[in-house]
Amino acid sequence: MVARLYRTLWRIGEVVGVVSETPRTKSLVLDVPGWEGHKAGQHVDVRLTAPDGYQTQRSYSIASAPEDERVVLTVDRLDDGEVSTYLTDVVTAGDRLELRGPIGGYFTWEEGDGGPLFLVGGGSGVVPLMAMTRHRATSGSDVPTRLLLSFRSHEEIIYREELEDLAAHDGSLEVFYTLTRARPQGWTGYHRRIDARMLEEVSWGPHESPLAFVCGPTPLVETVGTALVGLGHDPARVKTERFGATGG
Amino acid sequence: MGEGFISRGFGGRRRRPDDSRLPPGQYLVDGFPVLSAGPTPLTPLEQWDFTLVGEVDEPKRWSWEEFGQLPSEEITTDIHCVTKWSKFDTRWEGVSVDTLLEGVETSAEYITAYCDGGYTTNLALEDVTGGKAWVAFAYDGEPLEPVHGGPARLLVPHLYFWKSAKWVRGLRLATQNEPGFWESLGYHNFGDPWREQRYWGD
Repeated sequence: MVARLYRTLWRIGEVVGVVSETPRTKSLVLDVPGWEGHKAGQHVDVRLTAPDGYQTQRSYSIASAPEDERVVLTVDRLDDGEVSTYLTDVVTAGDRLELRGPIGGYFTWEEGDGGPLFLVGGGSGVVPLMAMTRHRATSGSDVPTRLLLSFRSHEEIIYREELEDLAAHDGSLEVFYTLTRARPQGWTGYHRRIDARMLEEVSWGPHESPLAFVCGPTPLVETVGTALVGLGHDPARVKTERFGATGG
Repeated sequence: MGEGFISRGFGGRRRRPDDSRLPPGQYLVDGFPVLSAGPTPLTPLEQWDFTLVGEVDEPKRWSWEEFGQLPSEEITTDIHCVTKWSKFDTRWEGVSVDTLLEGVETSAEYITAYCDGGYTTNLALEDVTGGKAWVAFAYDGEPLEPVHGGPARLLVPHLYFWKSAKWVRGLRLATQNEPGFWESLGYHNFGDPWREQRYWGD
């Protein structure tokens, strides 16, 4: 059997909006002519070209729902990042970006895949999970869904208001937070790194056979993956994606 | 598309340290990033074995202990991940796939590596023979950590690193090239980083 061949073409998208999500995270709203759509959870490759022809590429998860006509990338600024600093410090509306995709066909969720859904993210690992959450909302799905999200501090929570708003209007969507460093006064969420006990409290039991998506830095993904399997979850129902600190 | 395209205001911070060693579209890292599609399998060594099956005159099997008695080689090599990072001068120890295939009669031209956790990847037989591939069990002088594919992973450094299957448990020889896990999900059947064969059609 030979896989169906199609070229994943480089396209030029126009930045039509920039949203500051947190002090170090921005969403770039792109108009990409010829975009053929994506599945929630997929990413794109972005390629930058300097005047002397030097090029470099990085991958960024798509934050928008497939139903959204615009492609939204949420970029976390890494201080030593070559591409993320450009995308967050330099790019403004009207700029053009070269990209290709969508890429990745495993860490994806479509309404028909069912649930219950357990989405676990750390930092900008929330981005592909947000695409799934937005897709779920846009498609009118009532698949029971719980998000467990870990951030260092309250001001670093990405999409907080939108998630609050979605959960307020949807009894089958619950969002849990843990803050690993600073927490505001009166904080009632968790205040530690995600561990097996937290997962047991927040997640469905293995008998309910949730579909888990875990995205974040490697230590978080390792902890969560191992703990979920240890709690009796089927490893085949635990999908992972990692954001290395060596990204850029 | 993209000919002549310039990213406004982009100068580029990290120049290529050594052009001749960095394939197109790659950047150099010092760390060792981890990528995998699911939880890290933790197979006890007493349950571990390595098998050769498929188009072979006789299937082969090695227990962990038997595998450890095979002649091994030290390999220092550059590795290239399709997610764009490359790492130079990584040091491994492993058993050459040539050693595993010694005395095996086969008409196969392809292999599928199969792994704990259900992962598979397909390769041309000529890409894993002739001193080009190993089943590695040590990294940087230490037993290979589970997160990096331990107890043993395939090492095929001249191809993108998803071909270097973690937690490998055996090779299935075949006359047909059957797409593996990522190869069925849009990634390239051969994956040569020097030809930038990342995705279908590249």
